Amino acid sequence: MASTGFFSSSIGKKYLIGLTAIFISLFVFTHMLGNMLLFVSPEVYNGYSHKLLTNPLIVLIELFFLALFLTHVLYTIKTTLENKEARGQRFTITTSGAKAVTFSSKTMIYHGALIFVFLVLHLLTFKYGQIYEATYNGVVMRDLHRLVIEVFQIPSYVVWYVIAVFLLGLHLHHGVQSIFQTLGFNQPRYTPAIRKIGLTYAWVVAIGYMFQPLYVFFFYQQ
Amino acid sequence: MSDKSINLTLKIWRQKNANEIGHFETHPVKDISTDMSFLEMFDLLNLHIIKAGGVPIAFDSDCREGICGMCSMTINGNPHGPDRETATCQLHMRRFSDGDTIVVEPFRAKAFPVLKDLCTDRSSLDRMIAAGGFVSVNTGSAQDGNALPVPKQDSDLAMDAAACIGCGACVAACKNASAMLFVSAKVSHLGLLPQGAVEKERRVLNMVAQMDKEKFGSCTNTGACEAACPKAIKMENIARMNRGFFSASLTRR
Repeated sequence: MASTGFFSSSIGKKYLIGLTAIFISLFVFTHMLGNMLLFVSPEVYNGYSHKLLTNPLIVLIELFFLALFLTHVLYTIKTTLENKEARGQRFTITTSGAKAVTFSSKTMIYHGALIFVFLVLHLLTFKYGQIYEATYNGVVMRDLHRLVIEVFQIPSYVVWYVIAVFLLGLHLHHGVQSIFQTLGFNQPRYTPAIRKIGLTYAWVVAIGYMFQPLYVFFFYQQ
Repeated sequence: MSDKSINLTLKIWRQKNANEIGHFETHPVKDISTDMSFLEMFDLLNLHIIKAGGVPIAFDSDCREGICGMCSMTINGNPHGPDRETATCQLHMRRFSDGDTIVVEPFRAKAFPVLKDLCTDRSSLDRMIAAGGFVSVNTGSAQDGNALPVPKQDSDLAMDAAACIGCGACVAACKNASAMLFVSAKVSHLGLLPQGAVEKERRVLNMVAQMDKEKFGSCTNTGACEAACPKAIKMENIARMNRGFFSASLTRR
């Protein structure tokens, strides 16, 4: 009889990666929507960030997401190493033509790794970066708007940011529809729709993130 | 019948045994009839090699009509060659052009050790079948028609999965050397029919446990398996296996 635990089996590990990916995919979408407040006004933008930071549950939620990210990252590294071991010697040529697979599905671990590097730097730049203060209606809050405007004036940062969110799009391009397949949702009735929704979701998120740096760099005037 | 013939250069993987490190050997082959199958071309090449006093190239084949699952060969990186739903034995030389160079390798994976040249030991697939890919109740002698009702849709899905010939092209095509398409085909074909459904939980748990024990990789949904499968087994089967494995893990005692 099978005696190993669910999460140590090959399918169980896939489940963990897929389940954590659901939350991460939803997170990147809401984060992208929040970023759009940059186009409303500095007050709204800072007010939104202030509201999030002063939520009493914020530390708990942050820890929850940290655990999700780490689970996703560690399990993908673990399975990638196991898969490399299972493959053994690579083919001199890989599948092509009618038997080719999408670029994004073959390269998940690589853009995944770059997104992780981006995530760390992103937190250092913004969350743990320079603290400015602003006062609206007598409430003192962090002036994140000012920091964002400053950072997005740096050409190299804008280039790196746009590349990173493009890679995020590539990752979601395969990832979002892959979640459904892994969790067992694949029926001819709705799978074509899942594919389309997955691709749209991926590129709406990626392009949504590109708006702020490109706008600030090219059009923003103090 | 056309009387067209072509000349090719073949780069073929040669390996004396499981322990030796293999290498590619180049063979120019002349006057190949375009009506030959890929395996017949190998027969021709072996004739030339034997005549010249060399050791013929070992390769697997049996029925040569696409139903036994014995032939393998990774042709220019594609298991069973460039065409979908085609086994190597059904691949004809008219698919190639005069002067082409073709790289031929075995069906590689850690779980498929090379025995000699293009022959691999695919008994890891048999061991997964032995772990649960069967129906253990005695079904007795043939019953009256319709004594055991099977919905048409279930019978179709089961038969589609049963088309798997167990060649291992899915494993060879996968960047992770995952055998999930194979296992899911067996799990679906038996589990969708009433005789096999009674042990579907035990079957999926045991076959997946054996799959992990054989050190096959895990699935990343690239779809390379589905594209390489000579019998068009669908990834829908993997999704069915995943949810079956999940519910079987939840309910087992």
